[in-house]
Amino acid sequence: MAAIHEKDAVTGTSTTGHEWDGIKELNTPLPRWWVNLFYVTIVWSIGYWVVYPAWPLISSHTTGLWGYTNRAAVVEEVAALKAKRGQSAAALEKASLEEIKKTPALSQIANAVGKAAFGDNCVPCHGMGGVGSKGYPNLADDDWLWGGDLAVVEQTLKHGIRSTNDKDTRIGDMMAFGKTGALKKDEIEQVVDYVRSLSKLDTKADIAKGKELFATNCSSCHGDDGKGNKDLGAPNLTDAIWLYGKERETMIDVVTNGRAGVMPAWAGRLDAVTIKSLTVYVNSLGGGK
Amino acid sequence: MSEARHTVEDETFIEGPLYASAKKIYPQRVQGTFRRLKWAILLFCLGVYYFLPFLRWDRGPNLPDQAVLLDLENRRFYFFFIEIWPQEVYYFTGLLIIAAMTLFLMNAVAGRVWCGYLCWQTVWTDLFMAIERHVEGDRRERMKLDAGPWTFNKVLKKAIKHGIWLLIAWWTGGAWVLYFADAPTLVNELITFKASSTAYMWIAILTATTYLFAGIMREQTCLYMCPWPRIQAALTDDQALNVTYLYDRGEPRMSVKEAARTKAAGQPAGDCVDCRQCVNVCPTGVDIRHGSQLGCIQCGLCIDACDTVMAKLGRPQRLIAYDTDEAIRHRQEGKTPVYTLIRARTMIYVVLIAMIGGGMIYKLATRATAGINVIHDRTPLFTTLSDGGVRNGYTVRILNKRPEIRNFAITVDGPLNPTIEVVGVTPTADWRPLVEVGPDQTREVRLLVSVPSTSATSASQPITIRAADLFVGEVVTVTDHFFAPGK
Repeated sequence: MAAIHEKDAVTGTSTTGHEWDGIKELNTPLPRWWVNLFYVTIVWSIGYWVVYPAWPLISSHTTGLWGYTNRAAVVEEVAALKAKRGQSAAALEKASLEEIKKTPALSQIANAVGKAAFGDNCVPCHGMGGVGSKGYPNLADDDWLWGGDLAVVEQTLKHGIRSTNDKDTRIGDMMAFGKTGALKKDEIEQVVDYVRSLSKLDTKADIAKGKELFATNCSSCHGDDGKGNKDLGAPNLTDAIWLYGKERETMIDVVTNGRAGVMPAWAGRLDAVTIKSLTVYVNSLGGGK
Repeated sequence: MSEARHTVEDETFIEGPLYASAKKIYPQRVQGTFRRLKWAILLFCLGVYYFLPFLRWDRGPNLPDQAVLLDLENRRFYFFFIEIWPQEVYYFTGLLIIAAMTLFLMNAVAGRVWCGYLCWQTVWTDLFMAIERHVEGDRRERMKLDAGPWTFNKVLKKAIKHGIWLLIAWWTGGAWVLYFADAPTLVNELITFKASSTAYMWIAILTATTYLFAGIMREQTCLYMCPWPRIQAALTDDQALNVTYLYDRGEPRMSVKEAARTKAAGQPAGDCVDCRQCVNVCPTGVDIRHGSQLGCIQCGLCIDACDTVMAKLGRPQRLIAYDTDEAIRHRQEGKTPVYTLIRARTMIYVVLIAMIGGGMIYKLATRATAGINVIHDRTPLFTTLSDGGVRNGYTVRILNKRPEIRNFAITVDGPLNPTIEVVGVTPTADWRPLVEVGPDQTREVRLLVSVPSTSATSASQPITIRAADLFVGEVVTVTDHFFAPGK
């Protein structure tokens, strides 16, 4: 820089030749290794431009010799993950539901897969942990409309309930007795109070009349004793579980307007392994039955 | 104390400017007591480091038989008869505290013993320097070689030196990875290029650091990177043994002839002949005659060098010696020099080490070989059953720290008349679910506890879950809550 090399008398170091108010700046350059590293990074960056996408062009960009793209890398990673999962998926596919449930290694995978799938697909209606809500059955209790063992649950999952696009779906109708005129308003109250009496809930109307009406209209599905029929999805009316609520008004509403809750068929949407896993997971929530 | 020291050099003595590019040090060969001690320690330390992974220790069929193994993949640490699980990592905390206290104790007893004899930086640098001396010759030859032109001979010598250094560095990295997997298997895999890329990567990293630290950076690591010299300076005191130039005896330094003249004239003459042997042999290039300083790792090689000179001159040895400031003061005052080993500082460290060590030994001796953890379901907190009863769900994890399969019978205590079910586990004849847990493994199961409505008396009541290994007789319990609709 400075044409004349000037040495500072005190330190013996050369100066930069710059002077401010009689103070001269000593020339203490960066350490050599540091500067060399800096040059290495420059060379490195040139290599980077060549092999990786680097420079924007008008409508695209330079692709680089290696043709690297983030998207391709993701696709590759996803494929690797699928290959990795393939082994456990094959094991789940081969084993029966009972085997999966009894084998710790398999049930661990199935429960993990099932839990995730449940969160994605089932929680909107059945709630976290399968708690259910009004009209959507609790999957953690011991009361099952269509049966709660592994095979039955898998069947329900595959084909749904009153699912319009699946011919193997489960079908069972709670008729709208009031709407259709099959029962009059006071008759509905009588039959509702009879049902309430089975669970020792408070009543107002004539239970004896209600019992007769129940035998003619309801027992074909709910049974003579009101304990329901799982083949038809007819709920047990004598237990402590009420899908729509145990208030008198609610029950009158049910008998008047009928009920036809729908669960979609999952066979086409979820693969067999996921459905199996969901079955095992749902079974584990309350132990099934 | 500072009064006395000022007679030698200022305490804040700084050689040259604050920043200076590293000056290459050419330590000279030296022989003597401390050199032999250092060789012995070096052999022992490196022997342990390089061969320990190959030592076997039988733990039965289900566990690895390597004496020292950090099994990161299975999250287990094996050290001879000790096996540690991740949740017992506080043993490591204890070990670290003991290590720190031992370092402090060493310092209180004899200064930077760690730096001079035991630190890996010292041990590997010493080894690298020995190789350098064998290939390139001693101090003078090396200086001449470096100053001279690049002849074939120079290139050859440098190539051989760096080649051997890299081999040792590579072996160092190789030994490191053996602590993390079965050593013989891994050696086989490494040779046949079947080992994981992680193993090769770690070998590469440790090869680089060993070569760089022990071959190139050497004392620069101690001077600029290591925190211990700074901490040590704050922890030392007048009573700690330090490699000390006995300036009370050495000063004023002068040549043998001059000393004879001075003495004849009735003036005092010191024993130091200013031969600079102590500086020449120093691996960090300091002049011990400036007193205790950051650059001095207190390896005692200058003691050996000075002793050799003093023996030749027929003067008493240990002009440089392990000595204390207190002893120097005593000598100057005409009193007997003392060294107090048992004093408050050393005793505090000993007591702390004993306490923590004792606590760890107790904990290890009474270590449970089973464990149980529980998480109550977040949703639902409880489920009402068809008969009006209430059910709670728990995720229970049972830990089996024994190397064999064990069966744990699950029972609960708390709400009256509970019915329990472990999902996927068939109960025994007495209705207790028997959970099988593999050797040295854990198992997570789902536990459902149902009670009749008459037992669900309050919104929350305590429940104790018990897992009993009936064969060994070990019982582990954990407490949680049983929730029910509020009454």
